[in-house]
Amino acid sequence: MKLPIRLAALAAAALVVTACAPQTSDNSSSGTDDKTGTLRVWLFQEVGNKPKERVVDAAVAAFEKAHDGVRVDVEYIPVETRAQRVKAAFNDPASAPDVIEYGNTDTAGYVHDGGLLDVTRDFADWSEAEATDPTARQSVTVDGKVYGAPFYVGVRALYYRTDVFEELGLKVPGTMAELAATARRIRAAKPDLYGLVVGGAYTYGAMPFVWANGGELATGKGGSYASGIDSAAARKGITAYTSLFSDDNCPAAKCAGMGGNDTVTAFAAGKAGMAIGGDFSHAAVEAGKVKGAYAVVPLPGVTAGSIAPAFAGGNNIGVLKSTSHRTLAVRLMEALASKKTQASLFDAMGFLPTFTDVRDQAAAEEPFVKPFVRTLAAGTRFVPASPAWSRIDSSLVLPTMFQEVVSGKKDVAAASAEAARKMDAAFGSAG
Amino acid sequence: MTPVTPHGSGTQVRGRPRVAPPGRARSCPRPRAGRGGRRPATPWLYLAPALVVLAALLAYPVYQLGLISLFRYTQAQVSGGEPTAFRGFGNYADVFSDDLFRQVLASTVVFAAACVVSTLAVGCALAVLLTRVRALPRLALMLAATGAWATPAVTGSTVWLFLFDPDFGPVNRLLGLGDHSWTYGRLSAFLLVLLEVVWCSFPFVMVTVYAGIRSVPSEVLEAAALDGASQWRIWRSVLAPMLRPILVVVTIQSVIWDFKVFTQIYVMTNGGGIAGQNLVLNVYAYQQAFASSQYGLGAAIGVVMLLILLAVTLVYLRLLRRQGEEL
Repeated sequence: MKLPIRLAALAAAALVVTACAPQTSDNSSSGTDDKTGTLRVWLFQEVGNKPKERVVDAAVAAFEKAHDGVRVDVEYIPVETRAQRVKAAFNDPASAPDVIEYGNTDTAGYVHDGGLLDVTRDFADWSEAEATDPTARQSVTVDGKVYGAPFYVGVRALYYRTDVFEELGLKVPGTMAELAATARRIRAAKPDLYGLVVGGAYTYGAMPFVWANGGELATGKGGSYASGIDSAAARKGITAYTSLFSDDNCPAAKCAGMGGNDTVTAFAAGKAGMAIGGDFSHAAVEAGKVKGAYAVVPLPGVTAGSIAPAFAGGNNIGVLKSTSHRTLAVRLMEALASKKTQASLFDAMGFLPTFTDVRDQAAAEEPFVKPFVRTLAAGTRFVPASPAWSRIDSSLVLPTMFQEVVSGKKDVAAASAEAARKMDAAFGSAG
Repeated sequence: MTPVTPHGSGTQVRGRPRVAPPGRARSCPRPRAGRGGRRPATPWLYLAPALVVLAALLAYPVYQLGLISLFRYTQAQVSGGEPTAFRGFGNYADVFSDDLFRQVLASTVVFAAACVVSTLAVGCALAVLLTRVRALPRLALMLAATGAWATPAVTGSTVWLFLFDPDFGPVNRLLGLGDHSWTYGRLSAFLLVLLEVVWCSFPFVMVTVYAGIRSVPSEVLEAAALDGASQWRIWRSVLAPMLRPILVVVTIQSVIWDFKVFTQIYVMTNGGGIAGQNLVLNVYAYQQAFASSQYGLGAAIGVVMLLILLAVTLVYLRLLRRQGEEL
């Protein structure tokens, strides 16, 4: 009796020792490069996905026709749970797709996780890649290597109420100072409206103020980053944005907690004179009360005639490192992100193309996108291409900073210094 | 003493002198010797199925949690982008050196304590009320409580948020508060969440305590009433001591629930309130660790929470045991 127990204990101890490291999945490139079989694709499920499906189906049908013995299996995954799905795909290469659509702020994180395939050479050889605009190219690039093809871009501009402006005899603001003054005049004349609706948790609506004043989120130092959010220029921008949270424009008690969607919703419901919204907000505003009574211009910069740099959001198409169809998957990525597909996707969904020539053509056809194209042409900014960004983003470093200032808990200097410290800690630990 | 629940430390303590034969181990009063003499393995054999299930469902995950908390373990390590590195207590050092963590821990303890006290007070008061009213109002109260109980936390939080909405909410209109924002101030936001937490967790307390009161022999209550005891006096000197085992379970449940509150804070204060003023430990762990896939750090926070809850529960049981012996 005693002996087996001891043996069992020994075996258990051995098990514990050998198992004494958390699990890690083997996600190295498979090495195989099959030329036939099934390719699996994950794309995001948009609100009103049917038009997107039609565009993708056409591109896929053409691809299958051009490649004998290849079948493409497209699955649409919900945007809200994409993080879990993609992580699961990285953890279990056997059931992972070959090609995925991903948000461009996730690029650095996914590369760091070891999930995306380096396609630098393929991208350089791709005939269409040349017309890719520089910001979009930056959004697939980490440490000089390319990890996908840009799919579409999204930028924000200034929405304003034409009826309100006409009634009060206001003209469209040409500088940031005029923007603030105009906002206050609207609120003074119509106390039930916010002048310019702003949100304490609306990072990408706030950053143009920082960038227009010459500030930066972070500056790259030899592959690693250092926060620039506490520089004098950045503080000027933070002050400009947070001073809009006052009773004469957008009361802190109501606006401090708002995010981007809340501000667009308020504008669409006719509760604001102006708002900062994206080309992707168009449908929501059209569906609201203000349909037919609004217009869009680029967000003005500090000096007259300049445009405040906008954040270049958008999605990319990438290939997973674990794919067993390397060549085919890269071809499929190019087919899905091609000029032709992007042009039809713009017609179907209104997503702005990442190729400058395709985009100019789209602007000629559809006047609504002109201010957004102008904003893009004026130069856009991007988040630091560091895996630390996802940590900075999810631990709400920037919204916390804006909200601390807005609610009077800290002044601009203290709040930005604290945010810079947290960002640097994240950059440091991400290495 | 009526043992209404199988789990009751008070009962066990008072019953002990009668049950335990002198000189024998308390745990196995087995009079018959098995074949081949005394075999201490037999009780373990009987317990084995339960132990296996417990080990698989409880011990193994806790072991994994503790293990992961000692490593640098992020998404990059899980999916093989980087090798896993042992960091000893590095994750714990990170957690405890974070000012925000200490601040959040303090507010979590205070908030959870307030929630537990309020939930128990409301639940017990309504349970006593249930025994006093006629069938119809009792049914109505029961149905209302069951409704609150059955409502998913996300739905309940959203509805409460709407009730207190500065622009459209009926509460501000009733109280004539104009467009006062309840979620802007730190305390008022916590108060709002506390109300929702109490609303969705009092039914459990009420129903359990009500069941307990019903099982108290009516003669005892009659005797107390004949002696001229007030309602409060009956509760304090008769009902509460008799219901002790139930109250223990209910309190520990509430402590654990309210310490781990997540949904209400996440939904009602939009992920921790203005500048993180309404963060509690669970939301903090989610934001700092899990949302950015820093599983090692998250596991360390999880272990700290586990130890705190374990300590609170043990101290509470210990206190009750002492009191029980005095009675």
